Amino acid sequence: MHPLLETRQLKAFYGDFQALFGIDMTLDAGETVAIIGANGAGKSTFLKAIAGLIHGEADNVLLDGTPIGARSASDIVRLGVALVPEGRRLFPSLTVEENLLIGDYGCKVPGPWTLDRVYALFPVLRERRHSATPALSGGQQQMVAIGRALMSNPRVLLCDEISLGLAPIIIAGIYAGLPQIKAEGTSVVLVEQDIVQAMKVADRVYCFQEGRLSLTGRPRDLTREQIHRAYFGA
Amino acid sequence: MTSWLDALIQGVLLGGLYALFAAGLSLMFGVMRLVNLAHGDLIVLAAFVILFLAAKLGLDPFVAVLVALPIVFVAGFALQYVLLNRTLGRDLLPPLLVTFGLSIIIENGLLQLFSADSQRLRSGAIETASIPLGGGIAIGVVPLLTLLSAIAVIVLLNLIFYRTPIGRAFRATSDDLEVAQLMGIDHKRIFAIAMGLGFVVTTIAALYLGLRANFDPTIGPARLLYAFEAVIIGGLGSFWGTLAGGIVLGLAQTIGARIDPEWQILAGHLAFLVVLVIKPRGLFPRAQD
Repeated sequence: MHPLLETRQLKAFYGDFQALFGIDMTLDAGETVAIIGANGAGKSTFLKAIAGLIHGEADNVLLDGTPIGARSASDIVRLGVALVPEGRRLFPSLTVEENLLIGDYGCKVPGPWTLDRVYALFPVLRERRHSATPALSGGQQQMVAIGRALMSNPRVLLCDEISLGLAPIIIAGIYAGLPQIKAEGTSVVLVEQDIVQAMKVADRVYCFQEGRLSLTGRPRDLTREQIHRAYFGA
Repeated sequence: MTSWLDALIQGVLLGGLYALFAAGLSLMFGVMRLVNLAHGDLIVLAAFVILFLAAKLGLDPFVAVLVALPIVFVAGFALQYVLLNRTLGRDLLPPLLVTFGLSIIIENGLLQLFSADSQRLRSGAIETASIPLGGGIAIGVVPLLTLLSAIAVIVLLNLIFYRTPIGRAFRATSDDLEVAQLMGIDHKRIFAIAMGLGFVVTTIAALYLGLRANFDPTIGPARLLYAFEAVIIGGLGSFWGTLAGGIVLGLAQTIGARIDPEWQILAGHLAFLVVLVIKPRGLFPRAQD
């Protein structure tokens, strides 16, 4: 039995600069895994490498045991892995509804996530569906980014810093949607700097430090000191 | 007074031709950020394709262009997919150099195949037909058809871009190439479709170029210049702006010619410079450009 998603000795480079040094991670079906670490630890690079935006060896990333590490980003989303990128990165020339509809442009996979289902998850988006995305608040933009990724009915949802720059009450609202996403059978890999939030929702936690795995375990099994040491290297 | 009114009307009609020249260029820049230096020569090449089909198949140019459209769409798709996609990236120089080279190849290839002789598309009585408006003013049927075709092309491009899934993919790819790939969009295919569409628009422009004036293999660069000026005047990325830019250019040229026939081309360039000074982003720029 293969894990749903697995990385084996995943390395990533930006030109000559090595950002990841052999990361091993597994994600089982129905699980939420959180990746934590300080700025520059390689968390976002890790998600980009899984999503196909940074290319590596084919068998460094496996989906259901099938090597996907050398596939293009557009192929990988068709295989069922969707990324909510850091900073939302909505399409400014598209309205809210068009941003959501473009989410399934290349991969019309039947599944629970439709436009109506996304509007049910984030009702405010229905009211703003004809608005230009730059006119939305940060929280609303993040909802569009998550909804857009869900429209491809992914089996794995990669979320990069979805709480970044948002007020705590807005973060709580966005995280409140995670159980519904999981209930529809989507597994989640969550990159977070907000450790408290990550520990609340994750089944397992991986901590990165300077491109290397420094700690892994279940949130309830990890002590504050262990996390502090793994996070800051102190 | 009548002569000035006539100049205005003829200027608007001429603007239709320039808008058609510019629409393909605007589309290519809008989707791919590709500055296509071969655009003028592609218009001339398309005019020769229509001429060839009309002569070989014994067709009227208006029918020959319908035969040409699917052929040029496939040619544009292939050119982008096989060649131009390889040039696109962070460096702006490769696409400029490659399309410049393409321009030279097209021009010399046409000279070799068709000689330097001037050619014209022949469509019978419609070429000289005109509609009298009274007061000594008349508008030519072909110039009127040119303007109506330009408006139809702009309306269709807007419908494609703002009312269809492929249009959403064009805009998304133009906005953020990396994130577009995360939506499962194959950007190389999207670019190739856009180029095919650009070739279709270019061929419609070529039809009216060939019906309104003589053409030969060397006139491409001047058409490129007019297309550039119309796009910049109108504002990058806006199809309606491109139509407006073409009309401003056409008006400037006919008014300049009315003052002194030698001023026709100069007046167009001056109008372009004035717009650049007053509104550097053009009259109707796309908000996020």
